[in-house]
Amino acid sequence: MTTPTLAVWKFASCDGCQLTLLDCEDELLTIADHVTIAHFLEASSAVLPGPYDVSLVEGSITTAGDVERIHRIREESSTLITIGACATSGGIQALRNFADVREYTETVYASPQYIATLGTSTAISAHVPVDFELRGCPIDKRQLLEVITAHLVGRKPDIPDASVCSDCKRRGLTCVMVADGIPCLGPVTHAGCGAVCPATGRGCYGCFGPATGANLPAMVELLQIHGMDDPAVDRVFSTFNVAAPGFAGREARS
Amino acid sequence: MSDETRRLTVASLARVEGEGALSVTIQDGRVTSSQLQIYEPPRFFEAFLRDRAFTEVADITSRICGICPVAYQTSALQAVEDACGYVVPREVAELRRLLYCGEWISSHALHIYLLHAPDFLGHPDVISLARSDRAAVERGLALKKVGNAVLEAVGGRAIHPVNARVGGFYRAPTRSELAPLAEQLREALDLALATVDWVSGFDFPDVELTHELLAVVEPDRYAIENGTLATASGDTFTPAQFLDHVEEHHLPHTTALQATLDGHLYLTGPLARYSISSGLLSPLAREAAGRAGLGDTCRNPFRSVIVRAVEVVYAVEEALRIIEGYRRPETPSPEVEPRAGVGHGVSEAPRGLLYHRYELAGDGLVRAARIIPPTSQNQAVIEDDLRRLVQSRLGLDDEALTHLCERTIRNYDPCISCATHFLRLTVTGR
Repeated sequence: MTTPTLAVWKFASCDGCQLTLLDCEDELLTIADHVTIAHFLEASSAVLPGPYDVSLVEGSITTAGDVERIHRIREESSTLITIGACATSGGIQALRNFADVREYTETVYASPQYIATLGTSTAISAHVPVDFELRGCPIDKRQLLEVITAHLVGRKPDIPDASVCSDCKRRGLTCVMVADGIPCLGPVTHAGCGAVCPATGRGCYGCFGPATGANLPAMVELLQIHGMDDPAVDRVFSTFNVAAPGFAGREARS
Repeated sequence: MSDETRRLTVASLARVEGEGALSVTIQDGRVTSSQLQIYEPPRFFEAFLRDRAFTEVADITSRICGICPVAYQTSALQAVEDACGYVVPREVAELRRLLYCGEWISSHALHIYLLHAPDFLGHPDVISLARSDRAAVERGLALKKVGNAVLEAVGGRAIHPVNARVGGFYRAPTRSELAPLAEQLREALDLALATVDWVSGFDFPDVELTHELLAVVEPDRYAIENGTLATASGDTFTPAQFLDHVEEHHLPHTTALQATLDGHLYLTGPLARYSISSGLLSPLAREAAGRAGLGDTCRNPFRSVIVRAVEVVYAVEEALRIIEGYRRPETPSPEVEPRAGVGHGVSEAPRGLLYHRYELAGDGLVRAARIIPPTSQNQAVIEDDLRRLVQSRLGLDDEALTHLCERTIRNYDPCISCATHFLRLTVTGR
């Protein structure tokens, strides 16, 4: 049997999700014993040509060139897994989708004419079929290992499709909203982080994106009861997963 | 032979954070152009930070860089607090420094072992390096892991920590929660010292940078998370005066915005910090530096790997010192009232100085944001270094010279993801 090949690709992003792979300090060398890391520019100057068995894709699509590149990567990859909020929902840079990107460019750059960018930041799945989407800003290391391992042995990854509340219960944390009146997006946010925010006594801010079947109207009411005004509610949904179906299109968005 | 044109190009730089390319042109035996090109697409942080609440700025700017999120959080928090006229109490400042030490250990270990060392030892990556020296790689990974353990214990998670907030922390760890961390750090100190000895045995091309250096300084210790500004030639100024000295502008021959300090190219990062403040390192770190052959200053970019290793020794010691003297702040998260005003924040990201400036409205919403990351400050020096290096080694063939150019760029641990929003966007074939 030949060793499976793994490729890691980057689009518009902060590098944090691919760094998560290098943060697997105890597992990295073991992983490298079982897969050939064929393309991972952040980690290696040795690049092997495709096709690739598994491609991990970080980042969102924001340029015309990126649209072409993701199609090429899809053609070369048996399995394509998106890692993180940028690749899965467009990331925080998708705030441009709700603004005037020309004005954004003029704000940041002295020479806006040199900036070739699309008016939108979109998820990988808006362009090519995706085999698995791993959530998070950033992704969770244990979940990444689970996804890679599951693929290597040919089973479905055990990534619970639940809300952060289930992470809190599993960790034995007291609910920050019920007990302390702290506004928390946990009930509508996808599980996976291990409830890091409630564990530090702050409310979840939704960096893993919307949970399946999230009841947004009920959530908004709870946030308001706990002291958030409309603009604050709008802002908290307009961050790292602003364009995710489920967080996007909230009727109160101004 | 001299009337030919040589072009050295690397379309996709490896072992750097973010997406960049390099291109050097030699005409008639002279380097006519040397560029570190950035094609990473823009993400427009300064634009969408407007109208966000002052309490959100640190969480948002953290997402500029997954390698140095604590730097972004810290410079942002300090700038916002400056605008609000708030100064954090000593215990909180120490906890911030502890969190930042975690990032220095983790990011430096990443750069030393995974990104930089393979260049000196002739490997394409750390996996290949592990096949010839597994013990060294395991040492590096163990060191990196301790840095991440600090980030997790204080910040809640290693990448984009969640615990830091305006005024302090959502929750201050207890002394007993930090105790196991001290155990790991004591072991890490040995690993860090071994790292200095290891990297000091590398072969270093002879290069000397003559540019001005700029770093954050503190009067009585090696600056990490806060301080004022100082240059190698002895000028000093405050964070509020940063934009009086540092200017970004277009040069006629390039579309890249380049930062200058009082009209001159300048460098930030490990070489600048060390050359300006090496006397303030701990005795153990100074001793390790001396053993590794460093003097009071270091201006050879290849030797920055030693400086990083020395800084890891210092960061581990600092983390231990802070944990040993730690008193849990009584109010880790005081409510800071917003007010209309402008604030400035500086800190030393592992790869260099990071400046933030915010203008707040009375209701705490951001009116304007300005972020000057280390790599956009260093880019002009990197390009100048490329030019001089190639000019002095024209006898090498294209492959050897191109490889040396790549190494030159990696010497600076550039973070292209951070720098993106200031630099030219050049989409080249990949």
